[in-house]
Amino acid sequence: MNINLTIIGQIIAFAFFVVFCMKYVWPPITGALAERKKKIAEGLDAADRAQRDLELAQEKAMSDMRKSKEEAAAVIEQANKRANQIVDEAKEKAREEAARLVTAAQAEIDQEANRAKEALRAQVATLVVAGAEKILEASVDADAHAQLVEKLAAEL
Amino acid sequence: MASEMTSSAYISHHLTNWTFGAHPENGLGFAHTAQEAAEMGFWAIHVDTMLWSVGLGMFFIWMFRKVAKAATSDVPGSTQNFVETIIEFVEDNVSSIFHYKNALIAPLALTIFVWIFLMNTMDLVPVDWLPFLAQKIGEAFGADPHHVYMKVVPTTDINATLGMAFAVFALILYYSIKMKGVGGFLAELAFQPLGKWLLPFNLFLEIVGLLAKPVSLALRLFGNMYAGEMIFILIALLPFWAQWLLSVPWAIFHILVITLQAFIFMVLTIVYLAMAHEDH
Repeated sequence: MNINLTIIGQIIAFAFFVVFCMKYVWPPITGALAERKKKIAEGLDAADRAQRDLELAQEKAMSDMRKSKEEAAAVIEQANKRANQIVDEAKEKAREEAARLVTAAQAEIDQEANRAKEALRAQVATLVVAGAEKILEASVDADAHAQLVEKLAAEL
Repeated sequence: MASEMTSSAYISHHLTNWTFGAHPENGLGFAHTAQEAAEMGFWAIHVDTMLWSVGLGMFFIWMFRKVAKAATSDVPGSTQNFVETIIEFVEDNVSSIFHYKNALIAPLALTIFVWIFLMNTMDLVPVDWLPFLAQKIGEAFGADPHHVYMKVVPTTDINATLGMAFAVFALILYYSIKMKGVGGFLAELAFQPLGKWLLPFNLFLEIVGLLAKPVSLALRLFGNMYAGEMIFILIALLPFWAQWLLSVPWAIFHILVITLQAFIFMVLTIVYLAMAHEDH
């Protein structure tokens, strides 16, 4: 167990290793570690952000879908309403048309009947006059008795 | 080995450093015996301690420098991963104990931890391998194999541990004076813990406490490693077929000891330097 110069040698070697380590070993490695730590933090941040963005996008997609569903429902409802309205209008128009046709037909019928009546009346008058001529065997002045015959015909 | 010499000769051969120095009678040269090494006094150097410790230190800075040069913040390779794990471990310890701004402390702690760990790890190399190899090499160079000494665990040499402890002690003194000034440092020694009326007693207590720091650092590491090495040497005296029964459990236990001793030296260094920065 001799204490000798080795002690000085050890101090010199120790000092050399410490200084070398301090200058050339410690800074680069801790620098790389710090940089990696920063990178990882940034990566985690980005992942968080992406997650948040994804949630937002999902929410937006959901709300968009809900909105378009509502819109579609409204359109369908409106279309139904409109269809009903069109059908109603068509019914109404048809009814009116029918009524108009019926009225027109009625009027024509009335007109025909009147015309027939008129014709009948005229023929009756002629017949009556002819009959009276036959009965009287004498010529009756048609013009002179026309008034009388008219009256008779009107009474028929 | 044991068959060639007596047990005590074997043990003392294993505990003698390869010493180079100025012998009072034989002049400059390698010591041939433990006694010659002792006679050389202070002006001698343990070549094996220096070789192994500097070699392992070089291995440490080579490996870490290689990683530092290629350090990337992208996916690290396996060596970088390993080195980063050690650096983060050291950094965690430093930042939990040492709360001042000082660029030296963390690299110092890293160097202490890894270097001491590597030197301690030499303890796990079977005790006869490297000395035997050294003897064969010495024989090839024409030396008497009995006079070739090779102690491969630098931390079992008190010079190595004392050298590191003194370096730490110098840092303690430097930072104490730098942070508190000479007056502040002396005042801390003189007026604590019992106030100015018991100044001589305080001074005695504090100076003993101060000196105990490097001495305890050095002796704790040295004692643990020396005792561990001693037990390996004693186990090596058993018949070869029985050695593994004891050496294997002891080596496994020693894995814990070498790591723990390196860790303790590092943590105490950080603590002492934090105390040096502390202003009362």
